[in-house]
Amino acid sequence: MSDDLGFFCLLMSNGLLIGLMYSLIALGFVLVYKATDAINFAQGEFVMIAGFVAAGGLMVWGVNLWLSIALAIASLVVFGFVLERVMLRKLIGRPVIAVVMATIGLASILRGVGPFTIFSGSKPLPLPIRDEPFVLGPLFIPPIQVLGAVVSLAFLAGFGWFFLKSRKGIAMRAVADNQQVAMAMGIDVERYFGVAWAMTGIVSALGGILWGNLLGVDVNLALVGFKVFPVVILGGLDSIPGAILGGLIVGVVENIAAGYIDPYVGGGTKDFAPYVLMILALMVRPYGMFGKRIIERV
Amino acid sequence: MPGDTPRPLLAVSNIEVIYDHVILVLRGVSLAVAEGGIVALLGANGAGKSTTLNAISGLLRTERGEVTKGSIELHGQAIHRHDPSAVVKHGVVQVMEGRHVFEHLTVEENLLAGAYTRRNGQATRRDLDLVYHYFPRLTERRGFKAGYVSGGEQQMVAIGRALMAQPTLMLLDEPSMGLAPKLVAEIYEIVARLNREEQVAVLLAEQNATMALQVAQHGYVMENGRIVLDGDAKTISQNEDIKEFYLGLTGVGQRKSYRDVKHYRRRKRWLS
Repeated sequence: MSDDLGFFCLLMSNGLLIGLMYSLIALGFVLVYKATDAINFAQGEFVMIAGFVAAGGLMVWGVNLWLSIALAIASLVVFGFVLERVMLRKLIGRPVIAVVMATIGLASILRGVGPFTIFSGSKPLPLPIRDEPFVLGPLFIPPIQVLGAVVSLAFLAGFGWFFLKSRKGIAMRAVADNQQVAMAMGIDVERYFGVAWAMTGIVSALGGILWGNLLGVDVNLALVGFKVFPVVILGGLDSIPGAILGGLIVGVVENIAAGYIDPYVGGGTKDFAPYVLMILALMVRPYGMFGKRIIERV
Repeated sequence: MPGDTPRPLLAVSNIEVIYDHVILVLRGVSLAVAEGGIVALLGANGAGKSTTLNAISGLLRTERGEVTKGSIELHGQAIHRHDPSAVVKHGVVQVMEGRHVFEHLTVEENLLAGAYTRRNGQATRRDLDLVYHYFPRLTERRGFKAGYVSGGEQQMVAIGRALMAQPTLMLLDEPSMGLAPKLVAEIYEIVARLNREEQVAVLLAEQNATMALQVAQHGYVMENGRIVLDGDAKTISQNEDIKEFYLGLTGVGQRKSYRDVKHYRRRKRWLS
């Protein structure tokens, strides 16, 4: 195999694995949007705060790894529930901008609260997996990326099944489709809003642990949240398969861009290439590749 | 039917409904539905038919309305303070006006969503078959997105979905709206069968008085948020005012031709 092809394969494998980890975070965004029509601009901060809790447990309070992970998941679930109850329920029926601004505000608060209450500066979040990458011909595959991809796929499949097959999943989609009719069918609409935010909490917690291991835990961990927007715009705001595909595309595009363009311009393409794609996607297919179209009868 | 049975299934007594704390939309509305009966609630657009149904199902509050006076009782138990999901659990399901289906769910998922309040999976399967038995057209459409099936089929989905909740009383709001006459007849026939074979009582809000009075045993006529006339279906369809204003017939019982309409209108007797 030539060096060129080997380099391309390396970029692709890296991109696909990282892409699935983006999908996991994007899933958090999609769950909330699907069920409640709320756009969560604090998704990255959810991930960051989960990282803070997990790393705090491990490095500051000295509890063991599993307990730290459980703590991160539990606290994010509770946080999701409470947030919906206290803040977002009041905003139901208000203009979209109210929820957008509220979550942007929340993002800033979380960025302050994490370092303020748990620890300041940066801490690692070591997981009991080996550091040396698997070497397969030209490919170097870090174990954490494999773990990330497996966890992401498991949860994406799990939530996919939940929405398609379970009674509660169907009810949740019914709520997303038409709240008033859902209510007329006896579905307790408000409870499902809480459930959606709690599920986002679970996904964000896992994302926080995986990304925290990869990048280290500090305030900048929240920046992975920015990658959510190209992912969900490409895939469709309310589509789980869309989140997977969008994540893969964003992962691949940013790696390819970084591998081939960076040497000429001195770096940085990784951060904006997905957004170029996002804007192009908005011009061609504003509802994403799998997003639900508005059904109109003529 | 006041007087007919000792205690009706549904008794609405003298309710007043106010929207947004200031707009009075219903005044002193009373009506009753007997166990297993079909009652028609007639009236023009804006007469207050939907508001009455929404008051019963509890959906009124989602539209910022409130029952401020009177009571709504099911089996003698007050339900006007219940939220919609509690009302459904009591066996009262509303089929909203304008055939609202969950557009992005398949036909079958729509039906399953209707069974939400019941947790028994086996019974749900059985009811699904029952719905397909009454609406064979939905069998072919079960995997289609409900937003893409025809208007008549959507109305069938909406009624079938309500049936999945195993109601004792179905509140049907304007099932004929926007449908071809043939489809309206088909849907009415199914409603009558459901009533006969499954003992579902029906409160039917309709502008299409001809159709509604054919299936109902009892009727109420609403205007401006009040009930202006009530009686059994036969008596109502014989009423001269009803013939003129709701059935479009002349005094001799022939279909009225609008070519011959004179420039006076009969005065409604109940507006003294």
